Amino acid sequence: MKLMVNGSVREFEVEPDTPLLWVLREQLGMTGTKFGCGIAACGACTVHLDGFPTRSCAIQVQDIDETQEIVTIEGLSPDRSHPIQQAWVELDVPQCGYCQSGQIMAAAALLAETPEPTDEDIVNAMTNICRCGTYNRIKAGIKRAAELS
Amino acid sequence: MTVQTKFSRRSFLVASAAGGLSLGMAIPFAGPAAAQTGAQLPEVNAWVVIRPDDTVVIRIARQEMGQGTLTGLAQVVAEELHCDWDKVTTEYPTPGENVARERIWGDFGTAGSRGIRASQQYMREGGAAARMMLVQAAANRWDVDVAGCTAANSVITGPDGQTATFGEVAEEAAALDVPTEVALKDPSEWTLIGQSVPRLDTVDKVDGSQIYSIDHTMEGMLNAAIRRAPVMGATVASFDGDAAADMPGVRHVLQVGDDAVAVVADTWWRAKTALEAVEIEWSDGDGTGYDMARIRAMLEDGLTAEDTFVGNRQGDAMAAIEGAAQLVEATYHVPYQHHATMEPMNATAVWTEDRCEVWTATQNAEAALAATSTAAGLPIEDCDVHRINLGGGFGRRATMQDFVTQAVLIAKQVPGTPIKMIWSREEDMLHGTLHPITMCKMTGALDADGNLTGLHMRISGQSILAGVRPEGLSEGKDPIMFQGLNPDGDEGRLGYTIPNLLVDHAMRNPPVMPGFWRGVCNNQNAFYLESFIDELALAAERDPLEFRRALMADHPKHLAVLDAVAEGIGWDTPAPEGVFRGLCQHMGYGSYVAAAAEVSVNEDGRFKIHRIVAATDCGTVVNPQQVAAQIEGSFAYGLSASIFGEITITDGKVDQENFDTYPVVTMWEMPAVESLIIPSGGFWGGVGEPTIFAATPAVVNAIFAATGTRIRNLPLSKNGMSHA
Ligand code: FES
Ligand code: FES
Repeated sequence: MKLMVNGSVREFEVEPDTPLLWVLREQLGMTGTKFGCGIAACGACTVHLDGFPTRSCAIQVQDIDETQEIVTIEGLSPDRSHPIQQAWVELDVPQCGYCQSGQIMAAAALLAETPEPTDEDIVNAMTNICRCGTYNRIKAGIKRAAELS
Repeated sequence: MTVQTKFSRRSFLVASAAGGLSLGMAIPFAGPAAAQTGAQLPEVNAWVVIRPDDTVVIRIARQEMGQGTLTGLAQVVAEELHCDWDKVTTEYPTPGENVARERIWGDFGTAGSRGIRASQQYMREGGAAARMMLVQAAANRWDVDVAGCTAANSVITGPDGQTATFGEVAEEAAALDVPTEVALKDPSEWTLIGQSVPRLDTVDKVDGSQIYSIDHTMEGMLNAAIRRAPVMGATVASFDGDAAADMPGVRHVLQVGDDAVAVVADTWWRAKTALEAVEIEWSDGDGTGYDMARIRAMLEDGLTAEDTFVGNRQGDAMAAIEGAAQLVEATYHVPYQHHATMEPMNATAVWTEDRCEVWTATQNAEAALAATSTAAGLPIEDCDVHRINLGGGFGRRATMQDFVTQAVLIAKQVPGTPIKMIWSREEDMLHGTLHPITMCKMTGALDADGNLTGLHMRISGQSILAGVRPEGLSEGKDPIMFQGLNPDGDEGRLGYTIPNLLVDHAMRNPPVMPGFWRGVCNNQNAFYLESFIDELALAAERDPLEFRRALMADHPKHLAVLDAVAEGIGWDTPAPEGVFRGLCQHMGYGSYVAAAAEVSVNEDGRFKIHRIVAATDCGTVVNPQQVAAQIEGSFAYGLSASIFGEITITDGKVDQENFDTYPVVTMWEMPAVESLIIPSGGFWGGVGEPTIFAATPAVVNAIFAATGTRIRNLPLSKNGMSHA
């Protein structure tokens, strides 16, 4: 099978009903995308599929066309320079960090869609779970990133 | 390197006194210090390695799991080392190295908000000793009196203005005796402790490059998915793995211990898929037949039972209750809670006949090493555990190292092959070590003027120690049950003077595995007491703040944080239209905390938390912005429990299997939090847990102010309440 991940076409052998999350992590060895729940409830596995924030645990690779663009945390920027990443570092957003790949991908998708999001836009878009409770810094980080971009 | 042994004994003693050796096992100490870790690089002493390029490597024995301890501990060492903060990096010694070096790094356990407060003394001494050795090495090189030399920013300056960097003299310093007498700076001289420096571990968390235990990979590694008996004490009666064995990628279908079955495959997804095809018959266990009605009946019995342990007794509470002008009674309940760390439990193990090594996320690598040795059937010197940062701990990874045991038991059946075992979220939910269930009957006596003359607080419910470490009980009593209610001590002292007081515990232990859950018994104790104090104030027709203040004259630190949140929220001024306030205070893990909340509730029972003001007096603050992060995060964690959190049991099995049935706070419910960090100096309190105690009572008291309805049974969702 083939998928386009972070700009390059990747080929691999796998059962077609395998979730994208596990193909990324296991067949492609890209572990930045995290497993949290497996049922689209936590957002730890969020990637961009044609620009939309997508919970990769809940989509099977057979349902993705190789022309569709998948972007993972590893491909968000080459050097941590995406405004969301800059803002995250500036505000020390992560605690354990485990949810942060998903949070950052969700936040980056929001910012692409809505360059100057209101509090309400942010709360509506950011439904990912963070057990460490970094929500207020995430909110502040998105606003800071909006200023930086 | 015998000099290091001298220093190590000293460190060890300090560590023992401060943190306690809570391992529950005897580590066979190796002979004289081996110093293998620093063999290749100039290890100045156990805490500090300096590379020739001046990079300072600070060794961290405690575990980073999001709470910022790694950065804070590096700050306390660097403060005394006088190094360039920009050149600081960190590394984790392994518990195997700790054994080989006579436990030179002390306690690895990271729980009880002890990460900094229980290690800061010997780590500051370690930093100071290293600086003295570096300065001495430079003085020796220049043949001058050490008294004329100073160190700043990783540079040593001599009496004639000569300079040397730490890196230049590190090797000579490493050969010197470690001083046994070190003088520490006065807090007024600190330049790094107390500063909001950025965390050392943030950048790798923003591009996916931080490796968690679940990401660990090794040459030739296979993956395992596992299912353990869902009922406590149950075992595998039989299983049929034939169908699974034929599925893609599957290498082995194995029994693990007496209570689990695992599938080993090339990838985890294939292992997990095949595991679903394994048919397993379970035996009955201790938990069989237990449901919530049966468990609640056990606890209700305890509310009036005679067989109790006393945690705090002053005067004669029963006589005061007899003679009360007004009696106030209420019964409260807090259900089981799950840790639900974002990263499910997992571990990688490789076993051979001679050696076993594990890579895992644990809050207690020494306990993980003990578990490895036992499961591997190998002496502890032939085992080691490599520590990897945690995707959340909250206590789940502190005591029980069951995930390590399982990984080793699987690896032992596939000798020489690294096996990474990962729990599915469902497996993780079914095998939590749950925050234990309790009830509490409060009886308060007021005199004719509305003064509190007596209080009986009867706690009934499950003991954590009885479940996980019975040797920690003292004559049957679990002292942890009384956290924050103790008559004295610096750990968790009651903040009220009540002339006639009885706090007692009827221990009722259902066959459900309990565990230490961030905040532990402080959580329910604060909810019970701080809610009931509001009920007493109402009965006495007094303002909740004034009623508290009247009992707090002898507790100035408790009072100071309470006053701070009252002022911060504007208690003396009217709240905005439709908004109501509640407040509370509690002390635990050496710190004083208080919170005030502003809440509104509409007719449908939908509430909104508009604002939180939270105060912490942790004595000494190492990194204020990280303390603020812990305060904020504590509201997410504490309110997750009070709004939604409830684990229920049916026939011995946990009913909730994922975040759809065990919801937690998201950004939607998360309130704005104003943190007031007011360190009064002279002591070191914890910050990772204390604010959790204050989250629930502040909000529940505000809900009462808004509705006149007293929430006595958590979670709020079971009271028809949800977030607006
Ligand atoms: S792992 Fe995909 S949403 Fe939780
Ligand atoms: S930072 Fe730990 S779960 Fe979000």
